[in-house]
Parts: sequence; C-alpha cells; structure tokens
Amino acid sequence: MKNKLMAGVAGLALAAGGAFAQVNEDAPQGGEMVVTYQDDVATLDPAIGYDWQNWSMIKSLFDGLMGYEPGTTTLRNELAASHEISEDGTVHTFVLKDGITFHNGREITAEDVKYSLERVTDPTTRSPGAGFFGMIAGFDTWNAGEGDGLSGVEVTGDKTVQITLSRPDATFTHVMALNFASIVPREAVEASGEDFGREPVGSGAFRMTEWTPGQQLVFERFEDYHRAGVPKLDRVTFDIGLDPTVALLRLQNGDADVPGDGIPPAQFLQVVNDAAYDDQLVEGGQLQTGYITMNTQMAPFDNVDVRKAVNMAINKDRIVQMINNRAVPANQPLPPTMPGYAEDYEGYPFDHEAAREMLAEAGFPDGFTTELYVMNVDPNPRIAQAIQQDLSEIGVNAEIRSLAQANVIAAGGEKDQAPMIWSGGMAWIADFPDPSNFYGPILGCAGATPGGWNWAWYCNEDLDQRAADADAMVGDPAAREEAWRQIYLDIMEDAPWVPVFNEQRFTLHSTNVAGDDSLFVDPVHIPVNYDYIHSAEAE
Amino acid sequence: MSAYLIRRLIESALILLGITFVTFLLLYLVPADPARQIAGRSATAETVANIRDQLGLNDPLFIQYFRYLGNLLQGDMGRSYLQRAEVAELIASRLPASLLLMVSAIITELVLGLTIGVVAALRRNRPADHSLMIFSFVSISAPQFVIGILLLYVFAVQLGWLPIGGYGTFAHLILPSITLGFLGAGWYSRMMRSSMIDVLEQDFVRTARAKGLSRLNIITRHVMPNAILPIIAMIGIDIGLFMSGIVVVESVFGWPGIGQLAWQAIQRVDIPVIMGVTMVSATAIVLGNLIADLVAPLIDPRIKTK
Repeated sequence: MKNKLMAGVAGLALAAGGAFAQVNEDAPQGGEMVVTYQDDVATLDPAIGYDWQNWSMIKSLFDGLMGYEPGTTTLRNELAASHEISEDGTVHTFVLKDGITFHNGREITAEDVKYSLERVTDPTTRSPGAGFFGMIAGFDTWNAGEGDGLSGVEVTGDKTVQITLSRPDATFTHVMALNFASIVPREAVEASGEDFGREPVGSGAFRMTEWTPGQQLVFERFEDYHRAGVPKLDRVTFDIGLDPTVALLRLQNGDADVPGDGIPPAQFLQVVNDAAYDDQLVEGGQLQTGYITMNTQMAPFDNVDVRKAVNMAINKDRIVQMINNRAVPANQPLPPTMPGYAEDYEGYPFDHEAAREMLAEAGFPDGFTTELYVMNVDPNPRIAQAIQQDLSEIGVNAEIRSLAQANVIAAGGEKDQAPMIWSGGMAWIADFPDPSNFYGPILGCAGATPGGWNWAWYCNEDLDQRAADADAMVGDPAAREEAWRQIYLDIMEDAPWVPVFNEQRFTLHSTNVAGDDSLFVDPVHIPVNYDYIHSAEAE
Repeated sequence: MSAYLIRRLIESALILLGITFVTFLLLYLVPADPARQIAGRSATAETVANIRDQLGLNDPLFIQYFRYLGNLLQGDMGRSYLQRAEVAELIASRLPASLLLMVSAIITELVLGLTIGVVAALRRNRPADHSLMIFSFVSISAPQFVIGILLLYVFAVQLGWLPIGGYGTFAHLILPSITLGFLGAGWYSRMMRSSMIDVLEQDFVRTARAKGLSRLNIITRHVMPNAILPIIAMIGIDIGLFMSGIVVVESVFGWPGIGQLAWQAIQRVDIPVIMGVTMVSATAIVLGNLIADLVAPLIDPRIKTK
C-alpha cells in the first residue's frame, strides 16, 4: 500500500481474492460511507486515469463491455448482454444490453463503443492505456495518427459491435474489462474537452455529484444502473488531503469508514495486534512481486552462475520480517494468486555456502564489487541494506545507490547503468489477472530497450516466441496456463531476477460498513469494492 | 522614494526571470521523461515519441524555454500533464486557502513570539526566562509533522474540541495556524528577547527611567518600538520558510492549498504544475522581501531608501 507513489508510473494495484467470493447480492440498499485519501484525485477520465486511487473510483463511475464478479478475478459481461468469439479467435462480437443509459439519460448504443475505443487509442488523447489495445486490427495505423478510426471495430447493428483482432489473443477479454475500455458518451466528452476528467459522465453504479479540489468528492447512487439492487450505498464521500496517520485518527473517532491509503507503517503493528480491530481488519493477497533485477548485459551478471549464486544468497524470510510480515517470500516472478503460478516449484535454496561455491566456480572466488539501486523511501533502503549484508556473506560488495523513484526508473532504463535494482516502491503490480501481464514489458525483449521496464535487460527470443504462442491459445485456458507456467520456470533457470516477496494487502474499515471480506480486498477494486459494500445500519 | 521603488521593482522582475530559467533548467535536467510518465508502461516507443512531439519536448531547451516564457507573460501557465486542467486555474483554486493559512500563521507567530520574547527579556535570567527559552528551543527544533499530529491527537481526538483536519470553518484553521506559526514563534521570541535586552541597556532608556516615566510606559513607548524593528524585516524573509512549511502542514491537516498541489505534482513529475507553483511561491517571496524593505523606513526614519 505504500506504493502509492507509483501513481501514474507503474500503474495500479490488483489483489487476488479467493476463487469464489460469497457476495451477498441481496444486501440492503441505503446508507453512506466516508473514504479518506491523502492525495487529490488526478483525473476521473477512464482513458487517462492510471493510478490505484482513481482506478476503482473510475470503475464505479464507468462500465465497459466486460467486468469482474465482485471480489474475484472471474470475468463477466458488464454492458455486454452477450459475447461470442469466432472459431479462429480473431473476431469478437458483443451485443449490448437493452435499455441501458449513461448518467445523462441517453441510451448506450454500439456507436458509443466504437467512439470510446477510438478515443482511447487516438494518439491525441495521450492515453497511458492505448498500448493495451495493440491486438485490435488497425491499431498501428490509427495510433500512429493515420487513417480515420480503428478499422477493426465495426458497428454491425444498433446494439452490436464486431471487433476484429490482428492476431488471436487470449488476453483481449481482460483488456475489454480494463478502465481504458470504458464506454463514454461522445457529447459529454466533447462538451468538456480536456476537463472531462473533472466532469465525468459514464454509466457506472455511481455518478459524481460534487468535486471540490483538494477537499472532497461525492458519488451518489445512479438510479438507472443496469444491475438491479446495485450499488448498495446511497452515497460515498471521499475526504481528500488527509495524512494516513490523521485518517486513522478519524476512523477511530467515527468520522471515516475506510482509510483509502491503508494503515500507516508506523501504526501497523499497533493496529494488527489490537484485538479491538479484529473485526475491522481484512487481509488479502496482491498480484504483486518485489524483486531484485540483475543486468544480464553487464559483467559479471552476464554470467548465469553469478545470477544463480545471488539467488541463493538472499535471506528472504528476514526481509519479510523487517517489513512486519506484510508480505510472503517469493521464489518465482508470478505471485501465488496468479494463474500460472507453479505451486510445487521450490526455487533456489537460501544457502550461503553453496552460493560461495557457485561464485568460485564462475570465476569469482573473491567475489566482486557492484552497485545496488534502490528507491529512497522507507522501507526500501533498509531492505537494500539487508540485501547488501547477504551479498557480503558471499564476498560480493554491493554499494547502495539510494535515489528518488524517477531516477531509479531512469537508471534501470539505461542499458549499462544499474547492475542491480531492488524494485520496491516501483515493483510490478498486474494490470489484469493474467500471467502474460508479468512478461512483456518486464521480462520480454520488447521491454529491454532504452527507457523500458525490463531492468534486467533480459532478452530470450525463444521465450518471446513461446509467450506469443501462449497468448494465441484462445479457448484452451488450461493448456495456456501450463504454457505460461513453463515460461516462468524457464526464466528462473536463467535467473535474471531474485524474486524476494509478494506483498499482502491489509484493509481497515469501520463497523459502519459491512460485506464479505473479499469485497474489502477485492482484486480489481482498491481499497474496497465501492459498489457492493453495504451499510451496517441499513441491515 | 519612487526612483528607489522602480529600481527595486525592476530588480524583483529580474530575479523572477532568473528563477524561471533556473527552475526550467533543473526540470529539464531531471532524468524522468514526462512523455514516458504520461504514456504509461504499456506504451510502445512510437507512442512515447508521438507524445514528446505533441508536448514539444523534442525542441531544443532554449526554444522550449522561450515558448514557456512567452506563454507565461500572457498569463498562460499551460495545462497539467496529468490532470489536464489549466495550471493557472488549479493554483487559483488553491491560493486563497494557502494565503489564509499564512496570514493566520503570521499573526500566531507574532503574538506568541513577541509575547514570549518580551516576558523573557523582562524576566531575564530568572526561571520564567529559562523555561520560555527552553520552550522556544523546542518549537524551533520540533518537526512540524510531529507537532501537527500531536496537536491533533490532544485537541481533536482526546478533547474533541476541534475537527480532525479539513477546511471550511474557523475551528479548522486553529491547529494548522498554530503548527505553522510555532517554528516562527520560537525564532521571534529569541530575537525579540535579545533585541529587547539590547534596547533596555541603551542610554535613552536610562534617561526615561531617570525622568520618572512608569515602567509600563517605558516598555511600550520606548523599548518595544525599537526592539521590534529587526522582527519586521524578518517577516518578509519568513515567507520562504512558510512556503516550505505549508507543504508539510497542509498535508497533515488536509488543507487544500498550493503546498498540497506542489507535493503531488512533484511526486508525479507534473512539470507545468511544478513550474506554476514555483513561480507563484517565488513571486510571494520576492514581494515579501520588497514590502519588508519598503516598510522599514516608514517605521524607522533612520533607515534611508537608497
């Protein structure tokens, strides 16, 4: 949760709930909730918003064709009444539900779908999410500023839209559930222009009725929402500008229901150990991995045995302890709740003796000196020191370069600058619950370019091909999952990373709001699922 | 006087021009690429190049700088990269809150600081003096963040007298002003104390006492006006200190001012907003100093405006 600094840089957080959540669809309606945040909301334009604070707000204001079952990572139709895929997996036909409207009262048609997808991929929109739509036919020319629209998106009826892909892609349905694929009304976007992010009009469960910059936002129930009985609450108020410590005081005082920024690190142990909070604290997994990258194109990390030796040198349990057990140790790039995670893989053992031997065999009996880059916000420098200490055990002298986030990201994007980086505070968090999302930009050849996110500069063309093949496996999820599992296990053979831990998510809420635990650690809605949580008073 | 005023105004304008250049250069040199920040991590190299092009980030530094300056002179500070809103609008919507907080913090620090300084000077080397000076030492050294949280805990949570952060009523203003004014109160009390002690030892004070004036009269009519002079000059300079203070205090109390705006813009490399806030604060500091220099001779005719 401390990763909020990554807003707009590394995207949003997703957490994984259980396979099936027990969401009480019949929970009563009524009541309200107050959520606090430190930062003002950057924008509520679904084509622009890309930090974990506005991500779930946008989810409540806008809907796309696809969505997720509350509290889970299971896809479901949202504005779409039906969704069909052609035999070869390249043509997706969506039929819109009947009689659904935007907040301004106008009915949603297939033209709106085309407009919305063209808007987000239009280069003049400068959407951070445009790249997700690369599989739609005609994307390359349209996104380069040529032609007059996305040729792959065709309106074939008042309520029917046909989307043709340039290649079969199993991730496409997840992409259509991203905020970037939200359906927006053209007239409202054109009326507001650049200010649409301040005056959002969508078709989500809530509509925004008030925004006082730096102070407060108010969401109120959208009476004509396409799902009967949703949302549960009449009103959600966001109080902005409060330091997390102050937000906790407000919660204790009954002035707030959910501290949006989570529990401040300094108060974490106190809250977790206090029996009074037992009913108010929910823990869940998160689709996140914290890792150390080793630049595979810089000596001595161009030697795979050196990278393996480093993998064996790091005491992950101790690092997890240092952050008050707010994480679980990791042994592979994928987090445990992600499809494709290898349950029975044991990873590299923690063994200084074996690590020293392997380093000696690799030609470094006396170790070497290197640099470890780290973001300068607690707890990352402390974690870097623990890593430094572990490395010194095997004779490797790592000097710590503690820098601002932007500088570490910039160093990682240079081919020959950062031999090692601890990813904390910038770590990869999935955009959608699919194993492919952990590959391309951070482990694939495409990311190993100047300014890219593949800080290990790891490029294995064979794996790139296998990744592309796996994504083309439409209609056979089990085989596809297995293909991805093997890809990540093979990556571990090359050891470009030391996977260190997967962060856990802890959400605190007042007794005024209720709902299944999965709604409070919803994989897609952070900090909580605003649409389905209900008021305890209304019960 | 008017020649002096014109010269000082020209000097101030030049200082501000220098600040635009230095800030622009620094932000240009920051390794973070705003286009890449906007494009997001899923973007292709072409998308990033396209955005750089749209924002004019490919032009040479000086072209970019003069374009910025040209727009600035027409009152156009550009649009936020992230929020897409007009920077001038963002700042204008937040400036009143910051000004209100600053004015009330200045009042707080003057009232607190001067009172403590005067009392300490009159009780020099006695227990009251020692305890007040320890208090001022604490107020100078304690981090504003800690003071803010402490005050909130005691007065808002425990006693329930005041709201837990927020904005809107006089009650909301009290704790942030005290927190922000606390540091200055410490400095002022120390300055006022030594300045008072200086003046108390002057010949004219002995004369006044010799001619039988009352103690109260001596202090209010003869000592304080003389002792307060160095403080007046300080207030102008202090604006700079306040500008850094409001970033912390506004974030603790949820005060919707420009400090909060600046903090978020810096975290997100939102360069037009950073430039805008820097220019507004720089203008406030330059104006503060100018006013302090202009006011000083009005209070003390011995200071000539040359």
